Amino acid sequence: MSESNKKNSPSRRQFLTGAASVGAGALAAGTTHASGPDPLITQVQDWASGTGDGVDVTPYGLPIQFEQDVVRRNVEWLTADTISSINFTPIHALDGTITPQGCAFERHHSGAIELRKEDYRLMINGLVDQELVFTYEDLERFPRENHVYFCECAANTGMEWAGAQLNGAQFTHGMIHNMEYTGVSLRTLLQEAGIKPEGKWIYVEGADASSNGRSIPLEKALDDVLVAFKANGEALRKEHGYPVRLVVPGWEGNMWIKWLRRIEVKDSPVESREETSKYTDNLANGIARKWTWVMDAKSIITSPSPQAPIKHGTGPLVITGLAWSGNGAITGVDVSIDGGKTWVEARLAAPGQDKAMTRFYLDHIWDGSEMLLQARAKDATGYVQPTKTQLREVRGLNSIYHNNCIQTWWVNESGEAENVEVS
Amino acid sequence: VYAGTYGLGRPALPEEVAAWDLDVSPNGTGLPAGSGSVMDGEEIFADQCAVCHGDFAEGVGNWPKLAGGADTLDHEDPLKTVGSYWPYLSTTWDYVNRSMPFGNAQTLEVDEVYAIVAYILYSNDLVEEEFVLSQDNFLEVDMPNRDGFILDDRDKTEYSVFNDSCMSDCKASVEITMRALVLDVTPEETAAKGAAVE
Repeated sequence: MSESNKKNSPSRRQFLTGAASVGAGALAAGTTHASGPDPLITQVQDWASGTGDGVDVTPYGLPIQFEQDVVRRNVEWLTADTISSINFTPIHALDGTITPQGCAFERHHSGAIELRKEDYRLMINGLVDQELVFTYEDLERFPRENHVYFCECAANTGMEWAGAQLNGAQFTHGMIHNMEYTGVSLRTLLQEAGIKPEGKWIYVEGADASSNGRSIPLEKALDDVLVAFKANGEALRKEHGYPVRLVVPGWEGNMWIKWLRRIEVKDSPVESREETSKYTDNLANGIARKWTWVMDAKSIITSPSPQAPIKHGTGPLVITGLAWSGNGAITGVDVSIDGGKTWVEARLAAPGQDKAMTRFYLDHIWDGSEMLLQARAKDATGYVQPTKTQLREVRGLNSIYHNNCIQTWWVNESGEAENVEVS
Repeated sequence: VYAGTYGLGRPALPEEVAAWDLDVSPNGTGLPAGSGSVMDGEEIFADQCAVCHGDFAEGVGNWPKLAGGADTLDHEDPLKTVGSYWPYLSTTWDYVNRSMPFGNAQTLEVDEVYAIVAYILYSNDLVEEEFVLSQDNFLEVDMPNRDGFILDDRDKTEYSVFNDSCMSDCKASVEITMRALVLDVTPEETAAKGAAVE
């Protein structure tokens, strides 16, 4: 990316494209009025005459070239290098709830390592009756479960604490993915080793150089934590922990240890780097919260949004987005087009599932006037997603993590959207 | 009593557990026998760490600062370092031992880790130049922010408060108070994307 195309930010380029079509008068009631027969219909097209690719051309396919902008993106200035860093899922361009693995966000602390199944070992040690070592093949012989869960980085939306910074849902809310996992209940593995009565915590770490060690209370470990080896039907991607990762439903992504190599049963937490220096939330008075494990109810309108402006003019408009909660199922999502003065209930594409993403739609008739779009999630506990003002009143500006505030997109009369804050 | 419900896996050998179980807890559990001085640490730090973390642990460029920031935690832009923020010295030892230097982790000897940790303490003005850190005096080091943490209290401070589900007439007026395009820090699109749009 060169300095020379600095003006070609996604929103500006798309805005310009949209503006051009306005100029061409293609906007009347949002429908193309044919001035004559459409050659795409009246003329025989190549694809209707010749042949396409044979079945041997693509043993494992990638998206068609026209979708090449639906990719992970990083933000260089966020971190010192790209090894201990983050990239973002293109949620503005996706629909439904399942995140394609190939564009699902990555967060590494010492890079995405390559670990063969043959070289994989999982150790359970500490306060157990029998310390054990498993091979990958061993893990495949335990009874399996399938569950869909979201994995959200604790820092998702973290750059937005002080104000509206990054212009796109991918950047403000894209440290998240939602997959169907296949694996073994951690409970099953711990029972295989036998937990001693003094065991109150587990400490889990990865095979990579960062190790990413974290402490988890035994109660959660025995509840719904999975030792997963498949996601969305196939093996985990390298960058998502191949061949084995921890899935910790509803809890901050940092605890979803990738390349999982060791589970130690302990009587107390380790207070590792990733739960003292990092993933602790500094409050305004200088005291920090620790062990803020759960990700609270949150939602985001993915379209329209800065990377997905309205280009079709007035009339029917699909307002859509995602909602999720680490405290249970999403029970409803409200949408406002006037910055929170009035709200209407959106339609959930399917009933909310426990600690998984929910897709919502609001089928709107846009009159072409500007909108301040917001979504507000509600979960099964009665919790309602707060505004940024509400969060700041409790926490101040420096807690970095767990920003689940209501997002506002300012959609102007041309259909271009911008990340803003409102009173 | 070992249950072994499925009879899968095999017993872990003591050497294997010793090789992987390296974590050190706040009460010192897991610390190996050894020691290292500030003076030795300064030399090792210069060789192994200073290229990113600076000669005085003050940080280079965007790389983490390990020293400084005392009493800034309630400021607008707090500087969170080993000295100003980290509650336990065990974490410093554990993390340096397992994961540093970045790109060449698990290459330091036990005494080298003690020495580096001693030097980081010195850089934070927490020990004197003659200080020698060992497994015997490890727990005596005073970490300034030891009491700076509380348990997650969202269930008391937030969960009961965040229940505003007002549907109409929720506020009289709405003003835009901040705009991302004014800041203009969002990455540019790729050339390929531009081509696809056109």
